[in-house]
Amino acid sequence: MIEAILQYEFLQNAFFSGLIIGVIAPLLGVFIVVRRMSLIADALSHVTLAGIAGSLYLSQTFTMFSLLNPIYLGIVASVSGSILIERLRTLYKHYEELAIPIIMSGGIGLSAIFISLASGFNTDIMSYLFGSVSAVSRQDLWVVVAIAFVVFLFLFTFFKEMFVLSFDEEFAKASGLPAKSIHLLFMVVVALVIAASMRIVGILLVSSLITLPVAASMRVAKGFKQTILFSILFGEAAVLIGLVSAFYLNLAPGGTIVVTSIVILLIVILGKKLALKIKAERV
Amino acid sequence: MSKTIIEMKNVSFQYEYTQVLNNISFKVNEGDFLAILGPNGSGKSTLLKILLGLLKPLAGEIKLFGQPNDTFRHREWIGYVSQKSNAFNSGFPATVEEVVKSGLAKKVGLFKRMPNDAAKQVQDALKAVGMESFRGKNIGELSGGQQQRVFIARALIAKPKVLVLDEPTVGIDHENVQSFYDMLVSLNKEQNITIILVTHDVDTVSNRISHVACLNQTIHFHGYKQEFDEISQEQLDKWQGHAVRKIH
Repeated sequence: MIEAILQYEFLQNAFFSGLIIGVIAPLLGVFIVVRRMSLIADALSHVTLAGIAGSLYLSQTFTMFSLLNPIYLGIVASVSGSILIERLRTLYKHYEELAIPIIMSGGIGLSAIFISLASGFNTDIMSYLFGSVSAVSRQDLWVVVAIAFVVFLFLFTFFKEMFVLSFDEEFAKASGLPAKSIHLLFMVVVALVIAASMRIVGILLVSSLITLPVAASMRVAKGFKQTILFSILFGEAAVLIGLVSAFYLNLAPGGTIVVTSIVILLIVILGKKLALKIKAERV
Repeated sequence: MSKTIIEMKNVSFQYEYTQVLNNISFKVNEGDFLAILGPNGSGKSTLLKILLGLLKPLAGEIKLFGQPNDTFRHREWIGYVSQKSNAFNSGFPATVEEVVKSGLAKKVGLFKRMPNDAAKQVQDALKAVGMESFRGKNIGELSGGQQQRVFIARALIAKPKVLVLDEPTVGIDHENVQSFYDMLVSLNKEQNITIILVTHDVDTVSNRISHVACLNQTIHFHGYKQEFDEISQEQLDKWQGHAVRKIH
């Protein structure tokens, strides 16, 4: 495989994007999961699809857009979706989760319209739904690199504020932190990560890379920083094992990565149970 | 004469059509240990939320350390400990140390790193609440009373001048409630931290506080503990809308 990676540019693109996403998705995922926002990631990925389907439609219909990379409109849709969700959450204060189905169905509805306008399903849209190794372009890789940079910059700058906000929002507000602005920024960064991840694992599976490694990590880690560290390790392991086995077995990479994450999660859950049992028997 | 650090003048508040606070005026001086007593729905938590800037009053004026509430920039001077039940997700993966350290966030300021001696400050804050041996534990492993102590340490680490506590002992067993209040007294006496405590635990706090305010939409009484003791039981029942047992 290493020879193939050295030889083929598309494999390099897929491999490096995968490795980067394996870090940033679980890294941000820790904050998403502890703030109980996992479903928002799902809603945003469906909004991203609307942007991508819209872009595919534009590039088919108008020659001036024929070279437009769908990832850009995907990012625009995802970021607008995240801001809309926030608006809806403040509008329905007592039914905050209502924002999720509204945005999600809106995203799928728009996607369906654009897909039918663009004369039905084709391989392009399939590669966005389930991810694809061969479809990752060098331009996509650069977009992923840029988004990773934004994620690191955001967390490097606001790590302590994000911790306070995630742990206890009321305390954050009472101590005078600009909770609202930081939260909005966070939502935008989440939208960016979702747009970045969908090229490899696909829209339908994006939230898995954000949540599954974190779910496994929370079983074994002690403290917040360790939870982040283990989440990244599990995420990276899933991407590596998934991509390599997808390459050799000729499987869809998104699916392989997600199934690998689930296997890791199961191993961690069972391992923890076993360890507790052994410990109990010793005592 | 100690100086006034919190002042409310004619403050009113309502949620949609329900009047919650009506024309509230009171002052808190430096070093006071004030208990705000009142039945459920009397507006106690709302009053605290207005004080903390979490809610905006409909009318009235609030001054914190002599400055108007809207332009007050030193929120870290006011440490807040909320009701345990709704404060946080108990499965949150964080150690006691991480939680206490997070209390420094506002004081340190945006775009700045945590100070090098943060670990030492965590140690001191935990010592003040008698929890130093728990610093490596996950917050979810602690009992309710221990968690509340950690949250006080989180407030203390920013060196606040005032501690505001909203029914901090809900869900804590009786024995621990006693030592919890003893700890508040020592913070009040030894570190001269002003304490504002919302509670319906009249029995337990009554011999520890310096001032009492009786709240039921409006302030019926605010004064020294000694004056409070002279109020007749009938009068108190009338204000509270139900019987409150008074211990002398």
